[in-house]
Amino acid sequence: MSSIDAGLFTPLQRDGKAIKDAEPLAVPGLLNRLAANAQARLSFAVLVALFAFAVLGPVLWPQSAAEQWLSDVSVGPSRSYQALLVDPYAEVDLPAAQQLTAVNANTEFVDLVWPPVDGAARYAIYRKLANSDTVAGLPLATVTELSYRDRLQLRRKAYVYRLVALDAGGSALQELSLRVSPVAALSVFEAQMHGLVKTGVSAASLQGQQVTIPAHPLGTDAFGRDMLARLIHGARTSLFVGLVAPLLFTAFGTLYGALAGISGGRVDQYMMRFADFVVALPFLLFMILLRVSLGIGPGDSGINTIILAMLLLSWPGPARLVRGQVLQLRGHAYVQAATIAGAGRGYLIIRHLFPNILPLLLVSLSFAIPSAIFTEAFLSFIGMGVAPPTPSWGSLCNEGIRHMMSHPHELIFPALLISIAVLAFNLFGDALRDVTDVRTRQRLI
Amino acid sequence: MISWIIRRLFAGLVTVWFIATATFFAMHLVPGNPLDNEKAVAPEIRANLEKRYGLDKPLLAQYGIFLGNMARGDFGISFAQENREVNDILREHFPVSAVLGITALLFASIGGILGGALTAHFRGRVADRLVMVAVIAAISVPGFVVAALAQLAIVNMNSWHGSQLLPVAGWGSPSHIWVPALVLGLGTLAYLTRLMRSSMLEVMSADHIVTARAKGLSAMQVFRRHELRNALLPVVTELGPTVAAITTGGFVVELVFAIPGMGRYFVQAVQQLDYTVIMGTTVFYGAFLVLVVVVVDIIYGFIDPRIRLYGADQ
Repeated sequence: MSSIDAGLFTPLQRDGKAIKDAEPLAVPGLLNRLAANAQARLSFAVLVALFAFAVLGPVLWPQSAAEQWLSDVSVGPSRSYQALLVDPYAEVDLPAAQQLTAVNANTEFVDLVWPPVDGAARYAIYRKLANSDTVAGLPLATVTELSYRDRLQLRRKAYVYRLVALDAGGSALQELSLRVSPVAALSVFEAQMHGLVKTGVSAASLQGQQVTIPAHPLGTDAFGRDMLARLIHGARTSLFVGLVAPLLFTAFGTLYGALAGISGGRVDQYMMRFADFVVALPFLLFMILLRVSLGIGPGDSGINTIILAMLLLSWPGPARLVRGQVLQLRGHAYVQAATIAGAGRGYLIIRHLFPNILPLLLVSLSFAIPSAIFTEAFLSFIGMGVAPPTPSWGSLCNEGIRHMMSHPHELIFPALLISIAVLAFNLFGDALRDVTDVRTRQRLI
Repeated sequence: MISWIIRRLFAGLVTVWFIATATFFAMHLVPGNPLDNEKAVAPEIRANLEKRYGLDKPLLAQYGIFLGNMARGDFGISFAQENREVNDILREHFPVSAVLGITALLFASIGGILGGALTAHFRGRVADRLVMVAVIAAISVPGFVVAALAQLAIVNMNSWHGSQLLPVAGWGSPSHIWVPALVLGLGTLAYLTRLMRSSMLEVMSADHIVTARAKGLSAMQVFRRHELRNALLPVVTELGPTVAAITTGGFVVELVFAIPGMGRYFVQAVQQLDYTVIMGTTVFYGAFLVLVVVVVDIIYGFIDPRIRLYGADQ
């Protein structure tokens, strides 16, 4: 065969310039159409806000997600306040009392002193919140002395103490009660631990100083940890898993599907049969199983394990999608024309395959992300996700649901964030599908 | 048609084998073995125990024994609860999950199909908009949050009424079923509503509907005979994944509502590394889901003649 003159292959000229092929990747057009879509704009703004929350959060809200404020356990949204430094272990001389009196009433301890009652063998002490309806209150102790130090989880609230003088037989002789509003206080030791005051100084020299306890805008959890800080770090976990896992399995699935589709024949058949098998595995059961099989070492957060498990189980979705698209494309006349014209495999993939599957992949990805966030939340919720103390929105819900009745804020905030994130991703995916006009029946759940 | 069904069932069987194999080897990847949970025992006793459970044999021999027993429907004895057969556990706990799941499925599919068909007919009106907003919200709120909120609502309702209108948790009477089933079905209901609505809208603009109207059929007849039947097709294909979603969603609902179903049991078994229970449950559920998919395929073949006639190569 005689060789063809290379000059025949110079590009055609128009207005003195070589005519280029049409831009195959219509990304700018896609972006313009997305920008014109109100739903896409709104959900995108929410997503940007969520990512800013996760990325910039620790800078704007530098509180630690692990630091425990034991004097503020399970409090709702609170402001910062001044606390008095006290030393709960210092010896105190208590004065003799004419009546039931509270000395040193602060939230670290309340010293009660009272005058002796004739014939009394011992004294029973009860405490209740001043605004509670109960009559008896919490029994604190039964003592024989004339003083008692209450150190039991005092809050910055008004309490009513009740002192019942009992004779040797145990019947009540006299009842005294006292309303006490303890002042906010923090033990010197705790203040040193939080870095509020210098360490290595004697407790006595620090006593009586005022320190500022930081605000907890979203309250604290059952261990006294700042909810806002935990939500920010939880957002990092949840969004990281939600984003990275779908990216990885979509990438792997795309390669697998493209390879199967291009190879065709027997290889394609075997490859897709294997994908069918993986699809048939009960997803969440296997997520749990793999989480245990792949194991997490001591001190490991378990994030990588979850991502790996999702990768192992979720790749067939995109693989089928891409393979179907490849087969469809192979039948198209323009692809056959390109093949006849001598286009190589690489050219076909980059020029024809990729632009055609890109919108499809984007839409599939935009629905895979909320579903991955859900999966992570589900696993963490049943205690099979990230290992404590690493926070994720799901594990925060898991902790919150235990105190749902008494401290609903511990459940509501993480649940709200999951819902907002999933909603925003779903709406964005919807808008993307409308804009790209990709007809897929994606499962949202 | 018959040979097609047989082919389908055979493919399902192979899939179940794959699930069993994957479960077996995933399970044996876990460091340690179930006997590690026990208190320290003398080496002789341990050796005896390992012999009893077949743990002393090489992995492939164990795999062979496992497959052989599985083929006879015997999943062995639980490690954590001695002398309790996995089959007994399945027999006791699976019906609970099944009752819950079926109630949820009925609720979700009937509600979803009707909801989707109606919203499509009232497209663009206020009611349609409201339903679609509710649907998007229901899809976006995680199941455990819905479960917790439902529980909170029951508690408040009971205390407001002064007597127990509905039980907060537990199992045993019909009144225990409704709320968990509603919660379990909610996500699927929302999803099916959406699916049915878009499918219905597509059908409503088709030429044969115009023809049906033109030849004078009443709106009800058009709806029943032409619109509903055609719009149902994509919903039926989704029934398989739907059953899967409801079965696994049952885990959370069972956990929150303290229902003694399979889900709660499985999580516990994984934590205790109870080999036999984990494998039994996974294979059983896998087989169940495969069966559902095959049945849905067969139903689909009956509804859509194209599949019967041109084969099921999708």
